[in-house]
This record gives sequence, C-alpha cells and structure tokens, in this order.
Amino acid sequence: MSRQRTLSVIFAWPLALFVLGIAGLVIALTGDGWRDAAAWAALAAPLIVVVAAKRRSRH
Amino acid sequence: MSRSGIKAWALVHKWTSLVATAFLLMLCLTGLPLIFHDEIDHLTEDQPVFGMPGVGSSDTAPGLLPLDDMLARALANRPGEVPLYMAFDNDQPSMTITTGPRPDAPASAMTIQSFDRSTGELIGAVSEDSVSGVGAVMHFLLELHTDMFLGLPGMLFLGVMGLSFVAALVSGVVLYAPFMRKLDFGTLRTQRSARAKWLDYHNLLGITALAWMLVVGVTGVINAFAVPIEKAWKANELAAMTREYAGRAALDPARYGSLDTAMAAARAALPGNNPQFIAFPGGTFSSNHHYAIFFQGDTPLTERLLTPALVDAETGAFTAARPMPWYYQAISLSRPLHFGDYGGLPLKLLWAALTLFTIHVLGTGLYLWLAKRKAPASAPAAGPRAAIAEPAE
Repeated sequence: MSRQRTLSVIFAWPLALFVLGIAGLVIALTGDGWRDAAAWAALAAPLIVVVAAKRRSRH
Repeated sequence: MSRSGIKAWALVHKWTSLVATAFLLMLCLTGLPLIFHDEIDHLTEDQPVFGMPGVGSSDTAPGLLPLDDMLARALANRPGEVPLYMAFDNDQPSMTITTGPRPDAPASAMTIQSFDRSTGELIGAVSEDSVSGVGAVMHFLLELHTDMFLGLPGMLFLGVMGLSFVAALVSGVVLYAPFMRKLDFGTLRTQRSARAKWLDYHNLLGITALAWMLVVGVTGVINAFAVPIEKAWKANELAAMTREYAGRAALDPARYGSLDTAMAAARAALPGNNPQFIAFPGGTFSSNHHYAIFFQGDTPLTERLLTPALVDAETGAFTAARPMPWYYQAISLSRPLHFGDYGGLPLKLLWAALTLFTIHVLGTGLYLWLAKRKAPASAPAAGPRAAIAEPAE
C-alpha cells in the first residue's frame, strides 16, 4: 500500500476540472465564436480525462 | 475526517441518491432527445421560405408589417378568442401569436400561430391537441421531463428530486476524499473485483463531470420553481409598477388599443433594445391593464436578461419599465444552462455525452448499493483497514 495522500493532492485534479467546467459553461453565455470553442474544449475535458484513465488502466 | 463523520456523509449520500435515482434516470433519458429538440424539429418540419430572410421580426426594418395587422390576421383565424402573447425572433421575420378563449386561459387551451411578418403569411399553427408524429413524441417527453403530467405539483416534486441530486453530489465530493486516500487521481482498478472497478468508475466520472452535473442540477431546480417565482414577480414588482391601476376592473379585450403605438412608446423608453415578447393583459406576465413588452439587453450576456416596459393597453401611454428582479433573472440564465442550447451543436453533443456520464454514475451507484447489500461485511476486501478504500458505511 502506498502512502496516504493529503486533501490538496486528492482534490488538485478535481478542483482544476471543476473550475474549467464552470468557466466553460459560463463563457459560452457571454458571446459566440471563440467563446463557444473555449466552452467546447473545457467541457470536453471530463471525456478526455476518462479516456486517458481507461487507457492507462490497461497497462 | 473521523470514521463517524464518514459514516454520516455516507448515509446522506446513500439516501439522497436512492430517493432520486429513479427520477434522475427518467430525467436523463427524456433529457437526451430534448437536447436536440431544435435539430429534430428542423429535420421533421418543412422549413418556411421567408419574404425577407435574415431580417428579425423584432426589428423596425421597413417592409415588416404592422403588429396590429399581424394580430388581426391571427384573430381572424381564431374567431372569439383573445390575444395572450406575441413573440419575436431576432434572426428571421418569423413571429408567433398565442391566443386563447380568455385572457387568463391555461396553456392547454392556447393556440400558437406562426407568421412571416414580412409577408403576413401563416407558417403554422399549434394547439395542444393538434400535434402529431415526432412533434407529439417530443411534446410527450418534454411534459414527462417537466412535470410528469402532474402540473405544478409534479414540477415542484421534480424540483425536490433535483435538490436531492445536489445533496448527493455534495456528499459524494466529501466522500471522494476518504476513498482516494490511497489512490492516484484517475486510477481504475480494472483487474480487481467488479466492485472496485465500478467504484472507481463511479468516483472518476462523478468527480470529473461534477461542475456540469451541479450546474444542470441547480438550474433544473430553479426551472422547476419557475411558477412560484413568476407569481412572486407579479405580486411584488409588477404590482408596484402598476400601483395606480390597482383596484380597477380588468380591461375588456374589445378596448385593447394599437400595439404599434404601444411598441413605439416602449421603444422610446428603452432605445436600442429588441423586444422578445409582448404579454397581453390578464395573463401570468402582465397586469389587467397593460401590454407588458419584454425587452432583451443589447449584449450577448444581457440578451437573456429581460426588462419589461408596461404600456397602458387602452391608451398606449407608457407606464413604467424596470429590469426583472434577480430571482427572475436567475430563471432566465438557468434556461440555457439547463438546456445546453447556447453554444452550437458541439455543446449539445457534449451535453449528451455528460448526460451519459450521469446515467453511468447513477447506474454504478445503484450497482454498488445492491452489491454491498448482497455481500456485506464478509467480503474479503471489507476488513477494518479497507473500510476507507471501499464504500464507507
């Protein structure tokens, strides 16, 4: 068993994804064009993370 | 966190989830096709050819027919009815006119006609009993999703289920910490027990999509409380704006004055803004004496924040204009954030993908609960030390 992780380690990625998600949801409300594209990228992050975790779990 | 603390949060997570899971699954499954409502309508309905394509019916461009003319056309098709709403489009000359048997007619008795304001032609008419085919299926899904055919009690009930979902999300985040003490972010223990694998999926999908689930959950709750919020606006702000009219008998629809005069008075009070819709006297969105003309803000963000201009429906005199209060603006902003219809098709596809994430989290949550009931403390992984790495309860 590996060492215990601190809260800041446990929540580093979740917090980053949370902030990115909220920013993505809000930015598309403020206009079109690049703001929409930024929202797409931000909201695609959960999908990318899950696909990456899946790939890593196979090795 | 102490063991008793974990245990308490686990109880909160278990019960808030269990109470709402069946309804949340229904909301996800009905919500999926509703995300693509516009696209489905577009594919299944004939697209009108407009007389002045690209000119919004909310515009003042020459060539657009007077509002009084449009209303007369709508009422000619529905003899004996009164006007309830007139709604505009910023991109095309299409507009809708809603009529009903009485000024306070319920939605089920309303008929919505679409017109081309540049030609005056009728594009289509919809009443509750006239929809068929794909339109009827979408309408069925929308009703199921909104109130389960139970009207206001159904809406409020689903609102409470939404609150339960939010509580489940919050307790899930709290429990995420003890579960991840010994695991790196993104770990999926696919080689171990089915339980460990689905637990890891449950935690990973839940925590990565947390922002979206929380926003769609909270905005869903706000939408579910729309009716009491609208009533509060009417009882407070609207009553204050039309104080001089309090106590007067409702204006007879036969005495409604010119809409074009009223619109000109409202535009003079709020120059530069586009009207989104007109609420006629006696309905949810107006007094018994006023045309309430709801204007949009003039930037993409404020476009969703409405300011009603109230114009005396008989004389066409401007009475008052005041932005909607914060609690109503919260509904206005909650709609796009719940529907996902504000950032093009890619945003809708992501909305659908994240709905599938939610279904997955609900499904794995249910599985973990059932699996633990079958194999309680005797399971090998559930020793005292493992209690923190496995579902704590």
